[in-house]
Amino acid sequence: MIEAPVKEPRELQGDDGVSVELVSRTFRTRRGPVHALASMSLRARPGEIVTVVGPSGCGKTTLLELVCGLQLPDSGTVRCAPAVLMPQRDLLLPWCTALDNAGLALRARGVGRAQARATAAPWLERFGLAGFEHARPAELSGGMRQRVSFLRSLLAGKPLLALDEPFAALDAITRLQMQDWLIEVLASEPRTVLLVTHDVEEAVVLGDRVVVMSGRPGHAVAEIEVSLARPRRRGDPAVVALREQVLAALGVSA
Amino acid sequence: MRRGLSGWPWRAAALLVALVALWELYVDLGGADPLILPAPHEVARSLWVDRSLLGSNFLVTAEEVLLGILLASVTGLAFSAAIHFSPTLRRAVYPLLVASQTLPIPIVAPVLVLWLGFGILPKLVVIALVSFFSIVVTTLAGFAAVDPDLIKLMRTFDAPRQRTFRHIELPAALPSLFTGAKIAVTVAVIGAVFAEQAGASSGLGYLFEQSIPQLLTARAYAAVVILSAFAISLFALLSLAERWALPWAYQREQAAAP
Ligand SMILES: Nc1ncnc2c1ncn2[C@@H]1O[C@H](COP(=O)(O)OP(=O)(O)O)[C@@H](O)[C@H]1O
Ligand SMILES: [Mg+2]
Repeated sequence: MIEAPVKEPRELQGDDGVSVELVSRTFRTRRGPVHALASMSLRARPGEIVTVVGPSGCGKTTLLELVCGLQLPDSGTVRCAPAVLMPQRDLLLPWCTALDNAGLALRARGVGRAQARATAAPWLERFGLAGFEHARPAELSGGMRQRVSFLRSLLAGKPLLALDEPFAALDAITRLQMQDWLIEVLASEPRTVLLVTHDVEEAVVLGDRVVVMSGRPGHAVAEIEVSLARPRRRGDPAVVALREQVLAALGVSA
Repeated sequence: MRRGLSGWPWRAAALLVALVALWELYVDLGGADPLILPAPHEVARSLWVDRSLLGSNFLVTAEEVLLGILLASVTGLAFSAAIHFSPTLRRAVYPLLVASQTLPIPIVAPVLVLWLGFGILPKLVVIALVSFFSIVVTTLAGFAAVDPDLIKLMRTFDAPRQRTFRHIELPAALPSLFTGAKIAVTVAVIGAVFAEQAGASSGLGYLFEQSIPQLLTARAYAAVVILSAFAISLFALLSLAERWALPWAYQREQAAAP
């Protein structure tokens, strides 16, 4: 039951993809029902990075929680590999060092403190956090916190990563650096990735495929294949053209 | 961050001196019978003259209060964890906890003495009874304040419920536990006085009880002064301990470069 901590790039299996079919989700609130998702469908092949872009409140977080098994759909089916969440805000534990935060998934599985630290330490170094192992989250920059938060979810050792607007809270420059960094990391640590964002450029630069969602109730209105080699330059005419395609699907004129 | 301790002592001292001066004037000008309200200089004299008597009785009360708060913290934490985990228990026990706080201690204390004897035990129970409620309330608020997204994260880590409690909710609620204990300090001292009046042969509450009928009002006030000073010291001590034990709760964002 307890998986070995990830040391080598993990092999993705044939069933490590995602299949969301015609899923609906309604929340009952005091002010009446809120239809978050209606007939939402989405697929991801094993190892694929699928970015989901849509306006605020269209059900992106709800979609990721369904994929992670944190909610059940009212109708439709969700079939996917074991998924781990990277929540919208970094939510690092303020009483833990960067090292202990990074190892939280291991501790959650019952791994001892020393073992969790020994496993997480080389990763912090790989993630450019050498020297900050014993820093508390309050002493880290936004980019560092986001890297620790990503590492924390990565070390859960699950084939599917559900990233909820991972870079939304960062300043523009750090966000671009983190996008490049994420692609680098995923090149050596293959995972199936669902990345939710409301940043159209981010969706195009990061995704193998971009799923465009409508406003609430959210459903897929377009699916755009991004068959561009990486690394992608943001000024590349092909990237710009795809961006405009996504914006058009969102009903926004570029 | 430094408002807590270094800011207030001289201001508080200045205010205290002003109040004591007013009190002295009031009594000296015949505002009150010194047997009912002794002048501050009489209280000060008693503090000096009766110092060994006050000191030995203070040690008794101090031990009761410290152990009582410890007992209250342990039971308070246990109660709040149980209530946090069980909605049924919350509905069944929480109202009774509130009701327990309305029991007048002078009525409860003699019963406890009857059951538990004249030793330290009934005092600890009274002190814990009056002080554990604030700990339960604040600690429960601490548990409830944990970000639900963190709980979700732990679920996607496949963490069993009790491990989420141990790694997330318990540490997150520790500052609230300290807050509860700081509130508890003051009522604990009052609780100790009542407990000693119900059946004791030593302690500042006992001394207080003995001094009034003997018309040694100044000595009774001296006991109160010591109790107040003790409560203030305990409060300050808890604040220091909290800062030492939970430095992260006082750390504001001071980010490094990206
Ligand atoms: N637990 C919930 N209870 C009630 N309403 C909710 C709940 N979760 C989400 N919603 C509502 O569902 C809609 C979609 O939310 P969410 O998935 O968070 O959108 P997004 O992440 O795209 O901004 C919003 O209107 C939100 O208010
Ligand atoms: Mg969201």
